[in-house]
Amino acid sequence: MERTEIFDKVQEVLVDALAVDDDEVTSEATLIGDLGAESIDILDISFKLEQTFGFKIAQGELFPEGVAQNPEYVENGRVTDKGIGLLRERLPHFDFASIESDPSVENIASIFTVDALVNFCDQKLQAA
Amino acid sequence: MRWMWIDRVVELVPREKLVAVKQVSMAEDHLHDHFEANSVRRAVPIMPASLIVEGMAQSAGVLVGHAEGFKEKVVLAKVSKAELELDARPGDTIRYTATIDRFTHAGASTRGLIELFSWTADGLSEPQVLGRVDLIFSHLDNNMGGQTFPEHNFVFSETFATLLSLSGVESYPVPG
Repeated sequence: MERTEIFDKVQEVLVDALAVDDDEVTSEATLIGDLGAESIDILDISFKLEQTFGFKIAQGELFPEGVAQNPEYVENGRVTDKGIGLLRERLPHFDFASIESDPSVENIASIFTVDALVNFCDQKLQAA
Repeated sequence: MRWMWIDRVVELVPREKLVAVKQVSMAEDHLHDHFEANSVRRAVPIMPASLIVEGMAQSAGVLVGHAEGFKEKVVLAKVSKAELELDARPGDTIRYTATIDRFTHAGASTRGLIELFSWTADGLSEPQVLGRVDLIFSHLDNNMGGQTFPEHNFVFSETFATLLSLSGVESYPVPG
């Protein structure tokens, strides 16, 4: 599937799941910061992506859970090197540049962009 | 008043579909405030839309809970869609049909059709579509980043067990 086609489908999913306008769903928009997604929306988005693209998403595959609560991965409000390593390994579809320059926990949300979601779907479709 | 917004389960296809009904009654206190009389008109008792959504949440919630033998704490996490087109008045019957769309370890999404039956001199009317309500449920213990909750399943109370028993549906054992 072409990347533009994947983007269009992801955009449709986000418009439906987050009740946003399609022009708000740009590649750079962050799901949590810009589009207002809450934790339960991630589950909703997973369901809708599965339905749209026909692949299965395991729990924690799209966005890992429990990282912020684990002292090995987060210390004094900052993601440790080990934590960044884990995220990088589990989320090959994300761009980690902004986390490396500012590893605060609040900044984790900034890597969860529409583009990362398109990468995720692209990689899943290619692996199928 | 008990927080029960369905009266009986009339059909259950495990992991697939549940149909429940509710009789709207003038005995329900809130109908006397929704909407009460004022200086220019008599009272207009109609079932609040939020409680119609709750009726679907209970119908779909029982369906999702039944899928795992009521071991999961099934909580309503999101109302994905709620479109209600008709009013339900005392004497009307509401029929909720909930179907499971997706079901995983983390939770479930459901679709719901709500229909309205009214009594006439010839009996119950043909159903009219009252609305559609789609929901997302979370399996609480599997979604809160390791946060723990009481072991006891506080979501499915004894009152739900009574409802299911009356409906001929096997639910969970009597406590103790």
